[in-house]
Amino acid sequence: MNLDIESASLILSAFLFAVGTAGVLVRRNAIIVFMCVELMLNAVNLSLIVFSRSLGLEAQVLVFFVMAVAAAEAAVGLAIIIAIFRHYEGVDVDRFNLLRW
Amino acid sequence: MLSLPLLLQETHAAYVPILPAWILLLPLIGAVVNGFGAFIWRGNKVIPGVVGPAAVIGAFAIVVVNFLAMRGAAPHDPTIVSLWTWMAAGDLRVGVDLQFDQLSMLMLLVVTGVSSVIHVYSIGYMREDPGYSRYFAYLNLFVFFMLVLVLGANFAITFVGWEGVGLCSYLLIGFWYENREFASAGKKAFIVNRIGDFGFLVAMFLVFVHFGTLNYETVFASAPAALAYGGTVVTAITLFLFLGCTGKSAQIPLYVWLPDAMAGPTPVSALIHAATMVTAGVYLVARTSVLFAMAPVSQAVVAAVGAGTALLAATIATQQYDIKKVLAYSTVSQLGYMFVAVGIGAYTAGIFHLMTHAFFKALLFLGSGAVIHAMHHAYHEVQSHEDPNDMRNQGGLKGYMPITFATMWVGTLAISGIIPFAGFFSKDEIIWYTGAYGYGILWGIALVAALLTAGYMTRLMVMTFHGENRTGAAAEPHLHEVPAVMWIPLAILAVLSIVGGWVNIPDALPVLPAVHALHDWLHPVFEPARGILEAHGLHDAHSSPIGGGEAMWAGISTVAAAVVILLTFRALVHRTWKPAAEATDPTGLAGVLYNKWYVDELYDRVIVLPLLALWRGCWRIVDAGLIDGSINGLAAGTRAVGWIGSLFQTGRVATYMFYFVTGVLVILATFLL
Amino acid sequence: MMEAFFFLLFAVMAAGGAIMMIASRNPVSSLMYLVLAFFALSGIFVLLDAHFLAAVQVIVYAGAIMVLFLFVIMLLNLGHREDIDMRGHLARLVALVAGSALFAAVAALVLRGDESTLASEESRLAVEAMVRARGAVGALAEPLFTSYLVPFELTSLLLLVAIVGAIVLARRRAP
Repeated sequence: MNLDIESASLILSAFLFAVGTAGVLVRRNAIIVFMCVELMLNAVNLSLIVFSRSLGLEAQVLVFFVMAVAAAEAAVGLAIIIAIFRHYEGVDVDRFNLLRW
Repeated sequence: MLSLPLLLQETHAAYVPILPAWILLLPLIGAVVNGFGAFIWRGNKVIPGVVGPAAVIGAFAIVVVNFLAMRGAAPHDPTIVSLWTWMAAGDLRVGVDLQFDQLSMLMLLVVTGVSSVIHVYSIGYMREDPGYSRYFAYLNLFVFFMLVLVLGANFAITFVGWEGVGLCSYLLIGFWYENREFASAGKKAFIVNRIGDFGFLVAMFLVFVHFGTLNYETVFASAPAALAYGGTVVTAITLFLFLGCTGKSAQIPLYVWLPDAMAGPTPVSALIHAATMVTAGVYLVARTSVLFAMAPVSQAVVAAVGAGTALLAATIATQQYDIKKVLAYSTVSQLGYMFVAVGIGAYTAGIFHLMTHAFFKALLFLGSGAVIHAMHHAYHEVQSHEDPNDMRNQGGLKGYMPITFATMWVGTLAISGIIPFAGFFSKDEIIWYTGAYGYGILWGIALVAALLTAGYMTRLMVMTFHGENRTGAAAEPHLHEVPAVMWIPLAILAVLSIVGGWVNIPDALPVLPAVHALHDWLHPVFEPARGILEAHGLHDAHSSPIGGGEAMWAGISTVAAAVVILLTFRALVHRTWKPAAEATDPTGLAGVLYNKWYVDELYDRVIVLPLLALWRGCWRIVDAGLIDGSINGLAAGTRAVGWIGSLFQTGRVATYMFYFVTGVLVILATFLL
Repeated sequence: MMEAFFFLLFAVMAAGGAIMMIASRNPVSSLMYLVLAFFALSGIFVLLDAHFLAAVQVIVYAGAIMVLFLFVIMLLNLGHREDIDMRGHLARLVALVAGSALFAAVAALVLRGDESTLASEESRLAVEAMVRARGAVGALAEPLFTSYLVPFELTSLLLLVAIVGAIVLARRRAP
């Protein structure tokens, strides 16, 4: 089997994304779920970097923005988790259905 | 070169209307001033009492000046005063045009003259009413619209006035709107009139379709050439017009609103529902006499309906106890006479009776108003809630109200057709021509109705003024004559009710000098219609259907009326009635008449209730069922779909992630496959 | 050969770290496995000639963001084993199937795709020339400060809003 580094990176990216997805599906802890989302973002970053080698460096700019958004998201998201923890005395995502209906 | 036309102008000094717009503007200004005044000088009894009558008397003065000018010029053709173009669309051009001819001039005199008298009377009658200013605003507005109706030079302007007087009638019938029954009477008048107005509108559309214009002059000039004599079109136009007239002038089948209209203040009944507005239908038929002359079927319908109404209303009037109801049915009956006249082609006679009727019926209504005023005051003094209108509560008033008593007897003799009072000349002329033109059955009906008229009017006088007083011991000392501001109008109208008929005295009568003033005056207006009628076989037989000349039948009818009056008087003067509160409703034939032949009940059963049922059905099935159902169904469906959709919304991150993965897999699958 | 070795090493580290993250019941352990995966990813970035992003990955992600996560875990006192944290067998099966299907589908697409769908040889050469001329950071700076200048500046605004929002959300309200 003859794989170049780019194809291999894409497959790795797909694997990491799938693992992140499975993590969101299987975990209840809000912080772990959040970490899984970060993993999925990184998987996407990896594929973007692979594409940047052939399609132009603009793809790396997108990675840059993803990181900035991820940082902002982490700040706000963790603040929300803290607020929710204070209210519910826990971070079990199954107990947060405030936005339902 | 210029001398000839100048000379002609000098010899035929042309009639130019003097201040024509001000005839309309003065009452309108009065209405506006009093209308706003109702909010500004709320309790003031002086300003409305000056402004209202002054506006109408001013208009009357202008009309008199115009009348004298027209009499001097004796124009053959109408004078049109165009104020401005009201609307223009395609072929339609409707101008605000006023038509001054002998017919409208006569109507102007009657309307403004009688209105002036009644306005003065109202100063006294309405003085204690809190809506004093509002009352004069409505009354002035009515005069304005009535003058628009009379002066309109095309169907549209006449229709504006027609609707306007209907509105004022509604406002004034429901003047005491706190009383639910009175407000309903106003609505009844309005709705019944709408049916008639529909006929007027359809007629107007037909006229426009066939003539391309609504101007009277053009339509009447081109009608004989444009439409076939007795054809469908002209018959349809005139019958629809007559439907409008039956509504406005209270004829069968739409007369039912007028007796209920007595809910309004009595001067209103005198002005609107006796002297002026209700004669608008007669005026309209006379105005469009050319069209009616071309439609013999319509003429027969008009005459027959008129005669039928005259008899029906007269029979009902004999068994009413409300003094105003008697007069209301009397008005319906007299209007029937007028329609008989214009229906058979005796237009001058119809307008003549319109004029004399305006005098003596206004007099009778104002007299009844005086009686009610006195009764009301007497009952008010002793805190009684008896009905002041009911004749069973009156009786013996001649001692308390001598002037009212005397003037009302003048009116009674006038309406009964006793020589030489006004009604004799006008009503006898109608009856005579009905017979002479060959309408035998209608002639008989008219004679019977005339005798009934004498009978019910005498009954009214006896019950009100003669015999024992039934007002009640407590209230009786408080009865007294009305103030001068109210009896002076009565006196003026009494004089007019005597001399009003002397403008048209037939040749045939012995002793009396023949006078053709009215006939000559109206001759130019009715000349075209009379020409058409005579060309198609209108024949004056100069004898009644069963023989005898005009002088003989005039004598017979006046003697017969006098005999009826005497017999009725003798039969009733010693009779005693129980006061209204203790009396029972009459039974038998009298009961049928008392209940007005049950026509209101019949209309209720045949028209109102089925319509109500139909609309209720529409409401239940179409509105509540179909429309509400579809909308509620849509809402329920949306809700159901939303509920199903909401089942997917668990609020759990994992569930949403699962949907997301499923979606991604579907997209990837389309790439792969 | 060397490249392939390091790629394999980093790939196994990343994949293993990711799996261990979702499998570990202790949040702190999960976090450390994720940091491991991020470090491995930064290595792969280097192999892919994205040196600047590799540095940012270590500094921002593994350094800043993950430390923030760790702070929160410590703050909320969640740093111990929680059995309830993991869903039941059915959920695990669903997660396994969904994840496998997702991976399989993407991998199949990648393997099936021929070289030309990824990039032509010319554009690859153009990118390499750009990197040679400007250096790895300079080559990235070119688009970042020209065509993407406004989004870049807006990013600063986004971060400012995020800071303010985080303070407002996490502030302890007066009782």
